[in-house]
Amino acid sequence: MSKRLEGKVALITGGTSGIGAATVRRLVDEGAKVAFTGSNAEAAAKLCAETGASFHAVRVQDADAWPKLMEELHTLYGRLDIAFANAGTEAGDGSIENISIEGWNNIVAVNQTGVMLTVQHAMRAMKANPGGSGGAIIVNSSMNALRAMGNFMAYSVTKSAVIALTKSAALHCALTGTKIRVNAILPGVVETAMITNLIEHSADPVATRAAYESLSPMKRMAKVNEITGLVAFLSSDEAAFISGSEYVIDGASTAGMQGV
Amino acid sequence: MKRLQGRVALVTGGLRGIGGATVDRLLDEGAVVIIADLKPASDEVVQATLQRLGQASSYVQLNVTSEADWQSAAETVRRDFGRLDILVGNAGIDGVGSVDTMPYETWKRVMAVNIDGLFLGTKYFAPLMTETGAKTRGGASIINISSIMGMVGWVDASPYNASKGAARLFTKATALEFARKGIPIRVNSVHPGFIRTPLLQEGMDRAAEDPSVGATAQDMLATLDQGTPIGRIGEASEIAAGIAFLASDDASFMTGSELVIDGGWTAQ
Repeated sequence: MSKRLEGKVALITGGTSGIGAATVRRLVDEGAKVAFTGSNAEAAAKLCAETGASFHAVRVQDADAWPKLMEELHTLYGRLDIAFANAGTEAGDGSIENISIEGWNNIVAVNQTGVMLTVQHAMRAMKANPGGSGGAIIVNSSMNALRAMGNFMAYSVTKSAVIALTKSAALHCALTGTKIRVNAILPGVVETAMITNLIEHSADPVATRAAYESLSPMKRMAKVNEITGLVAFLSSDEAAFISGSEYVIDGASTAGMQGV
Repeated sequence: MKRLQGRVALVTGGLRGIGGATVDRLLDEGAVVIIADLKPASDEVVQATLQRLGQASSYVQLNVTSEADWQSAAETVRRDFGRLDILVGNAGIDGVGSVDTMPYETWKRVMAVNIDGLFLGTKYFAPLMTETGAKTRGGASIINISSIMGMVGWVDASPYNASKGAARLFTKATALEFARKGIPIRVNSVHPGFIRTPLLQEGMDRAAEDPSVGATAQDMLATLDQGTPIGRIGEASEIAAGIAFLASDDASFMTGSELVIDGGWTAQ
């Protein structure tokens, strides 16, 4: 692995599983020092032992927890170059007809408010970097920002909202001369614990798996490691001219019409 | 970065600008690179370029609008290299002016270079790239260079806009077609914003000759710097980095996608 991120410090939210955990590994491989958040302390401990990353038990939607987290990071690392706003949930989701207000509020809190707080605190820290302002922020949206799902209304809505958040933040950071870039990635279906859990708890797991696989004309889900290369690229100085972009990484799932 | 060791790439319009920077970058990543461009192989620019780039580079004379040239290039690459992993459809020209006075010849010329060239390249290299793609984890990779002008309109650039918009959707159509048929070729488009290239410089020089414009090429380039949210236009190497990513196995799940690299211009 090349070392494009040597000397950089990264924060990854939702880093204990799925795309987040794979990105912890990838950014460490590329030379970065990595801190991550999450709620699964057992998984976090293993990942820390494996990678040397640091774990911070913070819920991204908890606004009061952020100042303390940023102080911890400052004490540990003294700077922040990369933030991956990755934490997300679909817990409590449903259709417009049947979603509960608790479900809606939970998903908006994690997927939307959590991303806002991550980007806000990351950019404030990056502005204060020793040697001058600068950094790269990557927001994990979803292809469902472009193709809403009927039975996952709040997920679709929040993943779409954070694209506008990304562009607004990118413009603010660019026009105020901060040298902080903000971009979104829009993955298709990735074989994470969240998805395998949905499959296993569905009425017909075989059919559900086939349905997820058929969303891409490649007839498969992505592996988590197929997403991390894009995050690493956008995190690196190679992407210095990229800001405000939304990169779809979905095996052509949204390149055409569904189901044909 | 050596992500492309053992891979073979062909870059159209590879002698200068974004094409030239892409050739440099793919060589740095360990690929063998075939430069395709209009000049004859004996031309001194071609000879000097090959001299500078060394043994991993070679040259084929190719007019992207010529079906015969593409057929012959595909035969040559199959014979000499036996594979093609990466095809970068970069050759492009601009065409500016009001639509009401635009010569039909200009329209046809821009379409021929910017979109017919992508069709012909994809058509004639698909068989070899299908074979090659089965040998690597991420498959073969076609990268079509569109533009932010393929996403949004621009005054007095109708042929360029139309051709680059066509490139964007030709990319999606072929990405879907290959994926659906199990053909191991990924296809993605790259959408540069304003990039410091000879094409941009020539366009500005030409515009500056018009007294009604009342600005020097220098002034106009400064305006583009200021109009880009991050405060400067891009460098060709910054587009080449995106192309190298799409060419590599790091992008193995990426097909039918568009990489906008524009310093935030179209996010505004």
